[in-house]
Amino acid sequence: MENSKNIFNENPKSSLAKVLDIITTMASKPSGFIGLAILIFHVILAISSPWFAPYDYKAINPSLMLNAPSSEFWFGTDSLGRDVFTRTILGGRTALTITFFGSIIALLWGGLLGIFCGLVGGRIDDIVMRIVDAFLSIPWILAMLLIVSLLGTTTEVLIPALGFFYGKGIVRVARAATHDVIAKDFIVSAKARGHSNLSIIWNEILPNVRDAILVEGAMRWSWMLLGFSSLSFLGFGVSPPTPDWGLMISNARGLMSFAWWAVIAPIVGLSSLIIGINLTADAFAKALGIDRSTKAPV
Amino acid sequence: MFFLIFKRFVLGLITLFIVSLITFIGVEILPGDACTSYLEREAFGEALAACIKRLGLDVPAHERYLSWAFNVIQGDFGYSLSGQMQINEVLGPRVKNSLVLASAAIIIGIPLALILGIITALWRDKMPDIIISTVAIFSMTIPEFISATLLILIVAIWLEWLPGIVIVPTDVTFFELLPNIILPVIAIAMIMTAHMARMVRSSVIQVMASDYIQMAILKGVPYWKMVFKHVLPNALLPAINVVALTIAWLLGGVVVTEVVFNYPGLGRLVIESISNRDLPVVQALGIILASIYVSINFIADLLTLMLNPRLKTLQTRK
Repeated sequence: MENSKNIFNENPKSSLAKVLDIITTMASKPSGFIGLAILIFHVILAISSPWFAPYDYKAINPSLMLNAPSSEFWFGTDSLGRDVFTRTILGGRTALTITFFGSIIALLWGGLLGIFCGLVGGRIDDIVMRIVDAFLSIPWILAMLLIVSLLGTTTEVLIPALGFFYGKGIVRVARAATHDVIAKDFIVSAKARGHSNLSIIWNEILPNVRDAILVEGAMRWSWMLLGFSSLSFLGFGVSPPTPDWGLMISNARGLMSFAWWAVIAPIVGLSSLIIGINLTADAFAKALGIDRSTKAPV
Repeated sequence: MFFLIFKRFVLGLITLFIVSLITFIGVEILPGDACTSYLEREAFGEALAACIKRLGLDVPAHERYLSWAFNVIQGDFGYSLSGQMQINEVLGPRVKNSLVLASAAIIIGIPLALILGIITALWRDKMPDIIISTVAIFSMTIPEFISATLLILIVAIWLEWLPGIVIVPTDVTFFELLPNIILPVIAIAMIMTAHMARMVRSSVIQVMASDYIQMAILKGVPYWKMVFKHVLPNALLPAINVVALTIAWLLGGVVVTEVVFNYPGLGRLVIESISNRDLPVVQALGIILASIYVSINFIADLLTLMLNPRLKTLQTRK
């Protein structure tokens, strides 16, 4: 095990080199390369799409209802005559933003609480883990639906709620990773030097459990995207007329026997993004030497 | 051994107790109580007072919790708001329908996942592995509502082989239900199988790389005998707990799948009760779904204990 102090005092260049190193390793395998490419494509698309969207996403035009794909409307039009291409390229923006910030919140509280529990152990650890277990045993969908239906579907509700419910699994991972390093000599010596718990967490444990937590966070991002889209699909996510893939699929589903294009376009958008994030997270885990496939998605 | 089982059982009960507290407190602290959220705009004057009286909301929260919890232990969840029915009567057929769906998916999913996981591990990085693993990644990452929608579009609408949505009354008999559940079962089993096959694969790969398997190969144990006698028992044991967690995690996905197929199970009841703001039913569902989760994990612990000779004498769990 490297001395954790050394990792922390590195100059910025070498840590940048390390990040580049990890990305190169990720891209060296076909699955990682495809995943990264899809993810980067989606991020660029989400940032730039408002500038080249051909039509207004909320312009309703009854005379253009359910037009098949043509040179004018590349992906056809939906049941309200809105351009499906425009709505599809804009459809990932809300989902990506909300789940990205939600994942960061999940990482922060889940990671810190997990490390803290792993470090202090004893009674506090027992109590916290029982509560985490209890939260884990309530299906996310029931809890999310209840919160959203009572507090509303605004961003200020969705981001913390998703961040909370997807962070509880990270508590377990961070705690287990902390247990792995807690008995190491450098922790014992830091304790002997009289460092505070906070200093030990920040300087000694965090650099060593960072990888495991980051990988977990990346994975959780794709699950959160899945959860958020499911909420939208069920009508409890973003509110119309905001373009969102889950909502678009739900709206176009009833008419798909004669207007399949309106449901296929958002399906391709959402599936490719989730697959992209998943492949990237897998490649990220492999590049850091962590085997994810033996873990359950809790 | 007995002590271990007992300990796991008590831990499960404690978890359920905390769940009941969480659902109760959660419903308490979120804005709006059962009456105001149910009556909505008519929540004033006599109607409100009558509703509060009927549900006993004028009693302090901790007393309500105690009497509610006491009734739940006896299997009585109280009355639902919308139908004015006993929640037990609402739940009964729904639980049965969801159980049919879930157990069909598990019965198909587990053996299939075992076979696929073993194949991909033994032919690691060769053609069968690459093909199956790619398909598995697709089917486990694509959201349930997308795979279900695609199944309906392809099988029901384009090929016209099977009915796309389930149009049956809630209290339907088993044989009437059967043709209707094929597509929902496929949708759920697909995701479950993919998750489990991946775990079996990496577990088998890990065991294959261990010293005692190398030893067996060097000793000249026939390949298939080695696989079945030495690799599989060691590889599948650690997978049991993970499989249980996966099944439990998929409960959320079952909710979505049921909505897509209009299936009259617990999942659709979740959506209905939340849309109707029927908080007593929501509370009951929280407890029931959590008990399913806890019991699946408990069964997995039992299985691991019974199948693993090492744990029979050992007093600590890994």
